[in-house]
Amino acid sequence: MKRVQFDSKFLPYLFIAPQMAVIFIFFYWPSAEAIRSSFYLEDPFGFGSSFVGLANYTDVMKAPEYLGIARFTVIFTVLVTFFSLALGLLLAVKADHVIRGSTAYKTILISVYAIAPPVAGLIGMMFFDQHIGPFVRFAALFGWNMKVGLDYFDTAFAMVFVSVWKQIPYNFIFFLSGLQGIPVSVREAAAIDCRNGFRRFWTVTAPLLMPTSFFLLIINFTYSLFDTFGVIDVMVKDKAANNPITLVYKVYMDGFRGNDLGGSSAQSVILMIVVLVLTIFQFRFIERRVHYG
Amino acid sequence: MHRTGFFDHLILLIGAFVMIAPVVVAFTTSTHTAAEISRSGLTLSIGNDFTATYGKVLTQQGGFTGKVTGLSMLMNSMILGIGFAVGKVALSMLAAYALVYFRFRLASLFFWIIFTTLLLPLEVRILPSYEVMHKLHLINTYAGLIVPLLASATGTFFFRQFFKSVPDELLEAARIDGAGPFKFFIDILVPLSRTMMSALFIIMFVYGWNQYLWPMLMTNDESFYTLVRGIKQILIVWVGSQLPDYNEAFAISVLAMVPPVLLVLVFQRWFIKGLTESDK
Repeated sequence: MKRVQFDSKFLPYLFIAPQMAVIFIFFYWPSAEAIRSSFYLEDPFGFGSSFVGLANYTDVMKAPEYLGIARFTVIFTVLVTFFSLALGLLLAVKADHVIRGSTAYKTILISVYAIAPPVAGLIGMMFFDQHIGPFVRFAALFGWNMKVGLDYFDTAFAMVFVSVWKQIPYNFIFFLSGLQGIPVSVREAAAIDCRNGFRRFWTVTAPLLMPTSFFLLIINFTYSLFDTFGVIDVMVKDKAANNPITLVYKVYMDGFRGNDLGGSSAQSVILMIVVLVLTIFQFRFIERRVHYG
Repeated sequence: MHRTGFFDHLILLIGAFVMIAPVVVAFTTSTHTAAEISRSGLTLSIGNDFTATYGKVLTQQGGFTGKVTGLSMLMNSMILGIGFAVGKVALSMLAAYALVYFRFRLASLFFWIIFTTLLLPLEVRILPSYEVMHKLHLINTYAGLIVPLLASATGTFFFRQFFKSVPDELLEAARIDGAGPFKFFIDILVPLSRTMMSALFIIMFVYGWNQYLWPMLMTNDESFYTLVRGIKQILIVWVGSQLPDYNEAFAISVLAMVPPVLLVLVFQRWFIKGLTESDK
């Protein structure tokens, strides 16, 4: 904190008041409401609600459908996180190497960052379209009859593909700035000590990138869990029947399509707990193993 | 120091191609008619229907009420993007100013209250948020579209970090010269923060422009639709149609991605600086 500060009785409260008002009305109130209504069963016709304890939670957890969606969410998250991190890192390492044309590469590689997930999903849908999609025609060459939107596996494949594509620029930007933050002296010393570029990467560069990677790991988890909503919605089009969906999509479906306020709230609270655990995990366990250069 | 190999360039070229090709194809295909696209698939050639398709998408009144046009969606996207970005910069600068430059009793409590918002994204509390908005009569209003999105702490941390790096001597000098809190903020801190404000503005504009789920819930009146929200409408019409309007869908996608992509590319340096320095 600052050595010198202003002393004022009410000014700081005045400055912080707008932010606090917004947070209380639009963050704490709905969050509290979610927790409260997760213990109640809402009458579908609007005639009040009754306290049911943990029934909403046990109903949710017992449903085989929910467990299936939870399993898919985990697989989806792991795949998206892994591929977008790996490809982002690969491109960043290469872009860090080259001198000629590096600005052009960089500009092209980050351009997709600003595209909204549903827009990415819509473009992806065209590429996976039954009639006009080049990917479908390409897959047909190998005898793969791709039916995105109808077949469970094919839809999941397209979702992962588009979600990874959309997230690569973000990881690329952070890895590249992490790589360029490594001092030249360290790089030169490493280059002298170790001639094998591949080994040099794993023993010198990778540990120095750990803080960045770790930060990105959490960001990519939250991206896969929450921000992919648009991609999924465009691919599934409100018809979850045979399609893979994630937990966040299920919260939306039950809450807004199924009008199951209690069940949807219970799912919200479960997701809140997952995010909380992830965050605590981030602060307590992983950070200790990270080398801060 | 590094030998730049052929493979480095090859990988980068493939990467660049995979990233940009879909965007280019989306544009080139949008310049053909729906029948052409349906017959010959996606294409890299530029067709003759650019003005026809885009003119139609921008001005034709669509939807159930006939009140929505591409232009009105573009306007709403602008209002959401700019309104959100300005609100975010203003709110978070003021809050960060209070947290860094003032000594007051509840400062650490406020800090934690703000910090908690980082833990729960909007998506996990959508239904109760909708109920709250309903109670406040904010459905189908610009305020309802923008203000709830401001309830997160990223911007506040961004400026808090930056203000802490501003030398203490500035405040000392300013106080000796008799500057009060308002004068110091407006005449010294705001000019100093110009780059940071621009960086945060760009990031937040893109974030606001790209919102999908929230506008979908908050607006059922078509005159409030944004471009990104309009994607949903395209898909609803799409289901069960004989010849989908591929060209119009692509045109809407192009309209929805051009402004944020251009902003990011033009102000690349600020944007990257803001992004890599804010989130860490």
